[in-house]
Amino acid sequence: MSSATYSATRPPTDDEFDPGIPGFEASGGDWDEIAREAVGEERIVVNMGPQHPSTHGVLRLMLEIDGETVTEARCGIGYLHTGIEKNMEFRTWTQGTTFCTRMDYLAPFFQETAYCLATEKLLGVTDDVPERASIIRVLMMELNRVASHLVCLGTGGNEMGATTVMTIGFTAREEILRLFEAVTGLRMNHAYVRPGGVAQDVPEGFEDQVRAALPKIRQYLGQLGDLMLANPIFKARLTDVGVLNLAGCMALGVTGPVLRSTGLPYDVRKAFPYSGYETYDFDVPTDTAADCYSRVVLRLEECYQSLRIVEQCLRRLEETAGAPVMVADRKIAWPAQLAVGADGQGNSLDHIRHIMGESMEALIHHFKLVTEGFRVPAGQVWQTVEHPRGELGVHAVSDGGTKPYRAHFRDPSFNNLQAVSIMCEGGQVADVVVAVASLDPVLGGVDR
Amino acid sequence: MTGGTTGGAGTPVPQPEEVLGPRSGELVSGSEHAGPGGRGPEIVEVRRGMFGVHGSGDTSGYGGLVQPVALPGAATRPYGGWFDEAVDVLAEVLAAAGVAFDDAVERVVVDPQADPQGDGPNPHAELTLHVAREHLVAVCRALRDDQDLRFELSLGVSGVHYPQDAGRELHAVYHLTSVTHGRRLRLEVAVPDADPHLPSTTSLYPTNDWHERETWDFFGIVFDGHPGLARIEMPDDWPGHPQRKDYPLGGIPVEYKGATVPPPDTRRSYA
Repeated sequence: MSSATYSATRPPTDDEFDPGIPGFEASGGDWDEIAREAVGEERIVVNMGPQHPSTHGVLRLMLEIDGETVTEARCGIGYLHTGIEKNMEFRTWTQGTTFCTRMDYLAPFFQETAYCLATEKLLGVTDDVPERASIIRVLMMELNRVASHLVCLGTGGNEMGATTVMTIGFTAREEILRLFEAVTGLRMNHAYVRPGGVAQDVPEGFEDQVRAALPKIRQYLGQLGDLMLANPIFKARLTDVGVLNLAGCMALGVTGPVLRSTGLPYDVRKAFPYSGYETYDFDVPTDTAADCYSRVVLRLEECYQSLRIVEQCLRRLEETAGAPVMVADRKIAWPAQLAVGADGQGNSLDHIRHIMGESMEALIHHFKLVTEGFRVPAGQVWQTVEHPRGELGVHAVSDGGTKPYRAHFRDPSFNNLQAVSIMCEGGQVADVVVAVASLDPVLGGVDR
Repeated sequence: MTGGTTGGAGTPVPQPEEVLGPRSGELVSGSEHAGPGGRGPEIVEVRRGMFGVHGSGDTSGYGGLVQPVALPGAATRPYGGWFDEAVDVLAEVLAAAGVAFDDAVERVVVDPQADPQGDGPNPHAELTLHVAREHLVAVCRALRDDQDLRFELSLGVSGVHYPQDAGRELHAVYHLTSVTHGRRLRLEVAVPDADPHLPSTTSLYPTNDWHERETWDFFGIVFDGHPGLARIEMPDDWPGHPQRKDYPLGGIPVEYKGATVPPPDTRRSYA
């Protein structure tokens, strides 16, 4: 860069490039100037992200474009890799929920539940998990599914310039986050589902709180439907864009709403039921258009189905009031209890009084279980749940110790991003944003 | 597996005759039941002592503890449920392709096999086929294409590192689902650390592309025939493979209210 005159582009500096092919490298600057200097070259490689508002986080897209047509699209990931799986190998099985909840931060309850179901399978206590704990898990997961889909629809709309869709989506999600806060004390990163059950029962009056929120959520979903489903601009932007047929989905392991938009009603809740899903009454909506528009319709439809399940959960919660929410085996059940005090949620004073003032054995038991954790028999399991983005798998391996020997999460976002190439190549540059939004990747889950 | 040291070179590895778990009492000599191709439980490690403390006086009384870590061994017929039928069909299809079943599948593991309530098959049992690496692609093709098997959906590959499992240090685990029949099974392939090569399955399951890249990135397993085996999560020039057990977790001591909390991998361990 010895030249004193300003230039928007510069030739590649390395010798590794074929000198026969002219190349220019631009980073920022005015597009007109770049285009003028690269005149005659139609084929341009554009790097989109990892800091880009429409890549749902830190996704990097490398696009080779010819005019307005994308000829090649590749993803670069790893910008949010935090080594959660490695960290889990150094904490107890119970502490693992605190880590895996942070993977896909828009759907924390799914990682928690999948991981806890896997742990319970290794322990051999799957059938001993109390019914009320399973009901609460299902309730939280289905509310979470609605919240996650609302972010998908909201941000997807925002990326196409429909700001109102975004504001309505996030307002509706806020109603659900308030419910989460009432139960777990947190809006995200809950660590509420624990091996053997859940951390504590839902607070008193929670069923009424959910019943009060449901009509509001329904109203917002109705508004989103009104804004999107019959909007000619919206439909023109999404119809026949990002098509991925059934063969493509199966080859690329794509599951969730993208797979169901091809017409295959594959849903883990129906195919391999867990947490008692076989006893709930709900439908698996499908479509056959296999494009971005049908995925929007399916996500909205799934929100209504989830609310159906939520209502069934509420009835069951009332029927099982007072029932335990943790396995009876005291060698596994978390000894500490939580309670809502004057200054918010904290340790139960009754439990503190018991272990500090009444029973030495209870104190030893509490201390051993909390610091050391419980031992899990050696072996390996595979447990999947229906995540908002597809099939979430947990491969848990135990060596008989108090920590996971290996905990691998098959995150649906990670897998589904492989479909970006086939969905975008041959389409317009502007459609890349639409196609990626219809996959709904969350980079916290992708990179883990 | 941070707790306890393990027998180094030259230390005889005790092999239990009937190991049901890591805490099954008696130890006997003789190793005909374990190791690659064996039918008994797979001993992946032998743990000594407790609490991960060594080189200091043993005040706990646990210093002499020896615990073999055994993963479930080969299952006995009947495997239960659809497992018998699927294994038989797989043997037929492999034989038609000119591959002997016993060469391709080293052992069939059903875990947990026994039903705690009665004599029937355990409803939570999972089927694992330990496959020889040279026949991995043939087994995958048979599982995917035969109409009675139809494991058409691959849910990826994950790696596990057993540093003490001599000659079988690196395991790759494939999770297959049959949407048609509503079944799932697991393939496990073990390779030595000195020769960490596996055939790629991307020609059969294109979805394994990124999963194999991830397993290469984190464990250093080389998938021969992969279209572009580059690192995926770590930077391209990263040294080492972070999910291996010999790769440190890292971390620094944290001071909190005057006390110092050591990094997680240097804390007392109970395993």
